[in-house]
Amino acid sequence: MPAISMKVNGEAVCGDVEGRTLLVEFIREKLGLTGTHVGCDTSQCGACVVLVDGKAVKSCTALAAAHDGADVTTVEGLARDGKMHPMQEAFKDNHGLQCGFCTPGMVIASIDMVNRLGKNLSEETIRHELEGNICRCTGYHNIVAAVKAGAANM
Amino acid sequence: MENFNYYRPASVDDAVKAAKAKPDAKYMSGGMTLIPTMKQGLASPSDIIDLGALKNSGIAVGATVVIKAGTTHAEVASSADVKKAIPALAALAGGIGDPHVRHKGTIGGSVANNDPAADYPSACLGLGATIHTNARKIKAEDFFTGMFSTALEDGEVITAIEFPIPKKAGYAKFPNPASRYAMVGVFAADTAEGPRVAVTGAGAGVFRASALESALGKGFAAGSLTGAAVPAKGLNSDLHASAEYRAHLITVMAKRAVDAAK
Repeated sequence: MPAISMKVNGEAVCGDVEGRTLLVEFIREKLGLTGTHVGCDTSQCGACVVLVDGKAVKSCTALAAAHDGADVTTVEGLARDGKMHPMQEAFKDNHGLQCGFCTPGMVIASIDMVNRLGKNLSEETIRHELEGNICRCTGYHNIVAAVKAGAANM
Repeated sequence: MENFNYYRPASVDDAVKAAKAKPDAKYMSGGMTLIPTMKQGLASPSDIIDLGALKNSGIAVGATVVIKAGTTHAEVASSADVKKAIPALAALAGGIGDPHVRHKGTIGGSVANNDPAADYPSACLGLGATIHTNARKIKAEDFFTGMFSTALEDGEVITAIEFPIPKKAGYAKFPNPASRYAMVGVFAADTAEGPRVAVTGAGAGVFRASALESALGKGFAAGSLTGAAVPAKGLNSDLHASAEYRAHLITVMAKRAVDAAK
């Protein structure tokens, strides 16, 4: 059984995993960080997106063992000193969620989008870049508004 | 998902040794196809040999464009060198999956898997690429041998893909609205040896459309393709599209690819 260690939200963590243990299972079940969600079984929905070494990846489609030594950020790691990340704040202010299930993945994916493409995002870019994140409630309209506002405040 | 033994070799030689010792082992690159396939129970290898520690990524542009096998789709899509030398290849990479998949998925993994609806095989065949492995160099024409099958032998591993630089090239795909895989994708290139047109998504595997290539011989312009067609016989027919519809889409996508070519 591979023993792995990684940094999650700035803290050093370690554990024994099976070869088949997914990164999302390690995060949710071993570390108890249940903000990262599993919304599908087909790698399509994006509810499980986390940052690995600064890049958005689907943690349901990644082996924990392959991430020995990685630096992972989940939605729990975004707030600073009790203050929400600007992207989280923007989702709240713009009502960019209804049930909230997809929101952790949406927020992480949106931060990754700003990291890659900058703060000034067009609606067209935002909609295109959210291709890997599915929301069944909002119709996306307020999510797009939230990403635009959150990006500007980052 | 069934459990498996997990290996993470640090060199190509060690990877090949591990694969030869375990007949049911599978190589994993980005895992963007293999992990979902294993989760669905469609594959249950005894051993996974993860190529992630080889750190075999990078792009070199000279007389040709050489992309190491472990280079991610995101790296190809955002490479200024690829955008300059073969803009269609960067655009193709930027249209695979979604941003998160592009951060993990690699060119070597995509080419080795040879999914009949994957994008990269059409660029390899359309540009006349050469597949470099640990043992030899294989021309794209000889590499893709049918649905999910390639000329790779047991334990053989792709190390790089080498693309000749065309005069111009374009790629257009009609994605399946649900899976986003190509229902039909066409890569059209104006090369030193004449026009080349490769089609993905429509058949059992990527293939060259000779009828469209000869039509483009009259001039590399969308107008040359008017009236040209690929026969529907032998094309995929499923709940998403009939063979006749896919045949129609091939000419439409070919025109768009040629129009977009630069």
